[in-house]
Amino acid sequence: MSVSTAPAATKHRKEPVVLSDRARAENRLGMRLVAPAVVLMLIVTAFPMLRALYLSFTNYSMTAPDSSEFVGASNYVTALTDPLFWQVTGNTVFIMIVTVAVELVVGFAFAMVMHRVIFARGIIRTSILIPYGIITVVSGFAWQFAFSNNNGFVNAWLPFLDDSFNWFEQYGSAISAIMVSEIWKTTPFMSLLLLAGLATISEDMLEAAKVDGASWWQRLFRVILPNMRGAIMVAILFRALDAYRIFDNIFVMTAGAQGTESVSFLTYRQVIEQFQLGIGSALSVLLFLSVLVVAFLIVKIFRVDLGAARQES
Amino acid sequence: MSRARQRSRATAALCAAAMLTGLAACGSDSDKPQLNWYINPDGQDTLAAIAERCSTDAYDINIQLLPASATDQRTQLARRLAAQDGSTDLMSLDPVFVAEFANAGWLEEFPDDVASQVVDDDVLQGAADTVTWEDGVFAAPQWANTQVVWYRKSLAEAAGLDMEQPVTWDAIIDAAADNNGTVGVQANRYEAYTVWINAMVLGAGGDIVSNTEAGRDAQVDIDSDAGRAAAEVIAKLASSEARQPDFTVSNEGTSLGRMFPEDPEAAGGAGEFMLNWTFVYKNYEDSVSEEEFADLGWARYPQTIEGEDSRPPIGGIDIGVGAYSQNTDLAMEAAVCMTDVEAQTALAVNDGLMPARESAYDSDELQEAYDPSLLELFRVSIEEGGPRPKSAFYSQISSAVQSVWHSPAAVDPAVTPQESSEFLRDVLDGRRLL
Repeated sequence: MSVSTAPAATKHRKEPVVLSDRARAENRLGMRLVAPAVVLMLIVTAFPMLRALYLSFTNYSMTAPDSSEFVGASNYVTALTDPLFWQVTGNTVFIMIVTVAVELVVGFAFAMVMHRVIFARGIIRTSILIPYGIITVVSGFAWQFAFSNNNGFVNAWLPFLDDSFNWFEQYGSAISAIMVSEIWKTTPFMSLLLLAGLATISEDMLEAAKVDGASWWQRLFRVILPNMRGAIMVAILFRALDAYRIFDNIFVMTAGAQGTESVSFLTYRQVIEQFQLGIGSALSVLLFLSVLVVAFLIVKIFRVDLGAARQES
Repeated sequence: MSRARQRSRATAALCAAAMLTGLAACGSDSDKPQLNWYINPDGQDTLAAIAERCSTDAYDINIQLLPASATDQRTQLARRLAAQDGSTDLMSLDPVFVAEFANAGWLEEFPDDVASQVVDDDVLQGAADTVTWEDGVFAAPQWANTQVVWYRKSLAEAAGLDMEQPVTWDAIIDAAADNNGTVGVQANRYEAYTVWINAMVLGAGGDIVSNTEAGRDAQVDIDSDAGRAAAEVIAKLASSEARQPDFTVSNEGTSLGRMFPEDPEAAGGAGEFMLNWTFVYKNYEDSVSEEEFADLGWARYPQTIEGEDSRPPIGGIDIGVGAYSQNTDLAMEAAVCMTDVEAQTALAVNDGLMPARESAYDSDELQEAYDPSLLELFRVSIEEGGPRPKSAFYSQISSAVQSVWHSPAAVDPAVTPQESSEFLRDVLDGRRLL
């Protein structure tokens, strides 16, 4: 560490000497120009975060503001020792893994279609992207109606299901309905990110592989996918973080019934329904930290894979 | 600073000032204060007429509509009040929100002279109880709701049940089970399930919680003989032939169809004993044949324990005045008018929303619109009814009770009240999540 910081420090010390008066004046002007934006950012982002952190150490309830007390880490202890918290966390991770996995496969197929299509390219690309343009709450309602046993079409389309089957009555089917809505809504986003990755792969490379006699599958697994690792990582990272914060579909389709709550939904219930800002803030801090952990894990896993890929080649 | 720069700054300041005054002028076309009244969707037309009648030369009342569900109404009002919104002048509140909102400092306390007008001797006791918090009056009762037993006279007759006398839960469950009938209740996992449990616990002489003004330190009393008596009723109905098919997810609407089924054979029933709110009368008056309607009977809420008076649930709407309103005095003046006998009679006649004032029950219009014996039953039920726990933590108490007592099919008198008591204590102390 000391080796790497020493040159940086030296460089830093040299800077004022190199700068001319004019450059310094420009720097000052620049700082003054961005200052309002920085202050605004601090007010709108740092303040609520610090306030949430502070509240998480109290038992503040909006309906009993006078009896608010500092309770130390007890909200965190309560959350982390409560089986409900771990149940919703497990649920959230389950939704994240299943939806991201399905979206990756389907999204990649869509990306290939969008990349290769020659005929009616504009219409095909647009129609694939339409679901992503729809507000999540609206798509939640649309799928809730689709799965309804009164006026939905899903039961009629599935021959092995009774028309009166209630999707939202038990955990398995309810969570499946939620995930279908989530996958339908965000697969286009995944395919958009993967399309960007596909576009970076040079045709020469694929042509060379073809000349060498590589089959379609070999070209896919040996040429296309290894060269898209960066794009795939970004796509998985973005979607996984998004999926971990899932809220709208659950809110609309089951309101958390049959054990389909996510961490975001549990936090919402504590803060908005119960007015318990103390424990609710602790949960939101835990949600924030777990999102960081998910991001860290994904970056870490992919780095290892990238390293391994390099050694192979 | 150069003169040119000074000049341009002065010009900018002038422009800004001109814009501000322009906007202010736009905002004050009239100096007459506009009071916003947030209403829930019941009886909108009548409420609009009341708002118009109660507007004076000194102020106008504007109606703003809240969402349909009580939870959403509470959330929307809380969001405004927590942000100290000055435009929330008057609001229609479910009685259980009064304690929560008053304790949060969101409701303006009615001064003695106004309080004595909105809660005088004419207001039925059950309704008057809902608007007080820590000895202060924080709202004005506008209408009151209560539950009674609705039943088929033919079913009660077949069972040999004398409905003129007080009945018990045991009696109606047995009567229904032995005569191909059912008992309709609200046993889904939601607020109304707490209403049912609370009424039965009160009816057995107990409480879910007491000393509720202590907030988190309230005493949890559900693990008691009264709690066990309530659990016994639920367990008995859950294992009885009288249980309705959708028992565990039943709500106010689901049992309506079982009173006069279109195909009694297929429905397997001779009708039902249904515990439900006052709206049922008008509902059937408009939807069933005259003959069937003549077979509709009503009686006081059943006793949990034989010989001990039942405590029917109390609902309705109270009118609160926002603590951050710019015109609290005017808003209170409006609240007095909006809750007078004339307003309450209109709500009852037009919309089936029962009065909180005794004198309204004697009005000719009401006597004409309802069967006099039913009116008397409503009046007595509201007078002698029991409130839900009045606590700043009501929402938590209610959710904690539902959490342990649902599903009703799993309620065990030996275990459930004790488990519920421990869980409720932990929730209030912040040791468990809901």
